[in-house]
Amino acid sequence: MSDHAYVPEIATSRDGVEHEVQGWQGDFYGGKLGFWLFMLTEVLMFGAMFMVLTYYFTLHHNDFIDASASLNRVLGGFNTVVLLISALTMGLGLLKMRSGDVKGAKLMIWATILLAFVFLGVKAIEWSLEYQHGVFLGLDALQSGNAHSKPFGQILFFGMYFTMTGLHGFHIIIGIGLMLWLLKRINTGKVTTDHHILYWNIALYWDLVHLIWVFVFPYFYMIGCDAGGYHMPDIGSLFGGHSNEH
Amino acid sequence: MSKSYFDETHCAIGHPKTKVMQWLLTVDHKRIGIMYAAVMFTFFFVAIATAMAMRIELFAPGAQIMDGDTFNQAFTLHGVIMIFLFIIPGIPAVFGNIVMPLMIGAKDVSFPRLNWFTFWLYILGCIIALSSLWTGNGFADTGWTFYAPYSLNTDTNVITTLVAAFVLGMASILTGLNFLVTIHRLRAPGMDFFKMPLFVWGIYATAWIQLLATPVVGITLILAILEKYFGIGIFDPSKGGDPVLFEHLFWIYSHPAVYLMILPAFGIMSEIIPVFSRREIFGYRTIALSSASIAGIGYLVWGHHLFTSGMSDIAKTIFSFLTFFVAIPTGIKFYDWIATMYKGKIILKSPMLWALGTIVTFAIGGLTGVTIAMVGSDIHLQDTYYSVAHFHYAILGGVVFLFFAGLHYWFPVVTGKMYKEGVAKVAFWLNFIGMNLLWFPMFIAGYNGMPRRYFDYLPEFQIYHQISGLGAAVILSGLLLMFWNFLYSWKNGEPSGTNPWNATTLEWHLPSSPPPLENHTKVPYVDFNPYEYHHGEPVVKFDYETMKRID
Repeated sequence: MSDHAYVPEIATSRDGVEHEVQGWQGDFYGGKLGFWLFMLTEVLMFGAMFMVLTYYFTLHHNDFIDASASLNRVLGGFNTVVLLISALTMGLGLLKMRSGDVKGAKLMIWATILLAFVFLGVKAIEWSLEYQHGVFLGLDALQSGNAHSKPFGQILFFGMYFTMTGLHGFHIIIGIGLMLWLLKRINTGKVTTDHHILYWNIALYWDLVHLIWVFVFPYFYMIGCDAGGYHMPDIGSLFGGHSNEH
Repeated sequence: MSKSYFDETHCAIGHPKTKVMQWLLTVDHKRIGIMYAAVMFTFFFVAIATAMAMRIELFAPGAQIMDGDTFNQAFTLHGVIMIFLFIIPGIPAVFGNIVMPLMIGAKDVSFPRLNWFTFWLYILGCIIALSSLWTGNGFADTGWTFYAPYSLNTDTNVITTLVAAFVLGMASILTGLNFLVTIHRLRAPGMDFFKMPLFVWGIYATAWIQLLATPVVGITLILAILEKYFGIGIFDPSKGGDPVLFEHLFWIYSHPAVYLMILPAFGIMSEIIPVFSRREIFGYRTIALSSASIAGIGYLVWGHHLFTSGMSDIAKTIFSFLTFFVAIPTGIKFYDWIATMYKGKIILKSPMLWALGTIVTFAIGGLTGVTIAMVGSDIHLQDTYYSVAHFHYAILGGVVFLFFAGLHYWFPVVTGKMYKEGVAKVAFWLNFIGMNLLWFPMFIAGYNGMPRRYFDYLPEFQIYHQISGLGAAVILSGLLLMFWNFLYSWKNGEPSGTNPWNATTLEWHLPSSPPPLENHTKVPYVDFNPYEYHHGEPVVKFDYETMKRID
């Protein structure tokens, strides 16, 4: 790759009109289009999982409601707010970058990173609480055919819950990595007020990550909110030794 | 003599001095395409070797050289390699990379570094896929479709193969993404969508399928992996899950994937037919739009794989009906190609021979497809040799034959050399005759009830298997002859010149052959249609220094 500034070529039509040739170098709209297309694949991937979820919701309606009731809506709701605020800080940072305030932009990125860590921390607390109650991938409660087994529908619900929130958490971790990389690129002058396609795309990525959560949250946490409190009554009863299959 | 892309290159990282590193790190679309071709055809022959082993096993009833379990692994290996490693990356990875940017007058694809990364992601996927041959309890024995619940219960190394398919899917998505942006952004000034060569249209439609279908199978494979590790039960009926759901999710991708294979191949056909008929293509717009509509309709037909898996009669009828619709745009293309040849000045060089041969074999493959799209006949023919024969007529006799046509057609662009035309023609006839000997008997065997994926059979089917075995030997000799011809001519062939076929599209208007690193000397202004012939001669002529029209 040449380090010299890219000068677009000119193509001349037969009547002498000059047309600037679009090269792959410095193609802002190309970069944006590419990333939008990539986002589309993410939507399809999560979309397929929501489809599976919806299908099993219709098959095991009551089990899903019961399982959802045992999730911790306070922690989940808190995390929803955290992610929404982080989307705001990310967006504000991009606005600051475009208006030339590099320092403010970096501050906003750091704020987003901080909020992302808060999200992961709360998620970790949530998962370990569930683990302590015996509800986790691979544990007896989520395997069929033993004394602790939950009903089929609940196993499917929790299986999808850990898969989807896990995959979402993985996207948060990738996002933190991307933002740290972005900060490095800003510090070395590779991303500037005029050349900020990387920032633009990472902000877009972050928007998608929070948007997915906006669908994950109601689908897992809210469908059972009429059926019980947030203190995991079903899981507690596991230790009493009786099944919750009524 | 001017420098070609074999002499110098751009690299993803730094400026390596050694030739090897310059190849490993290259971002040049032409070199990446060549590397794809080298790896893919190596695997192609590995898969052919397993197929030959199966044919030997099937030469007589009873066990010959392998037991049933090994046979199960053999057809899985054959399928996994041919589908995921060879034909899905296939034409887009090779000619999409090498020729598509040349055709639209671009210097490279939109994201050259991503292209380099994608290639190595593909290599990683290949390594993971093959590693399962030697690790764990041996290669998967599920067939390339990994149907649940068997794939969840078998002891063989299914997880590794699933991971490999996922990684290869990622590579496929990124290739599609790169090509979509390239085609949208980097066309030479003046070239609107309806001035693009039809191969570019094929790649464009394919790229959308790669992008929009692959994520679904990706996540399906992830769910199957988690299922195997943690026993969630998503696809396991003994745990409340639904195995048919796996089939649905699998075919939502994998059916569009067969159009992903055939659309760029149709693109190659649409390049070759006008050039070797010396006529403007008949119905340019209908061919272009039929590519797009095949891609669209292709999403709505996956259910025809599930006619015997448990689906409501209404769903079966709808899927059957929708499947017939695919035949319409495909038929349009066929009539357009034939109409192009009508009153043309047909030149029977080897690329044209391959294209014409494909019209025969793909017509058989396509029309037998319509017969099994009907619910009634499919219930009789599902999972028999009839569907095996249909599939191979469509994919080998369609996609791979056109891939070979493209190899002959663009060989001069890539290497700057010309192969031995006589040898190429002999190789074509060996392939064409071998192909029909190999698969036509299977239609009859399948219709009479020979099930697929069996390593043993009743004596009454022996004659069909033996004719097939003979055909396999013939086609193998044809393939070996063809690839010998390519490799020999690359080294020793006569220089071809830049435009040996008198073709019209931009990849034939390069300043030298093989082309220089950054392709055209200057980007031309495109105010002409891709296939303009007048009295059998190309209309548009360029001065290759300035890339201005001089006609």
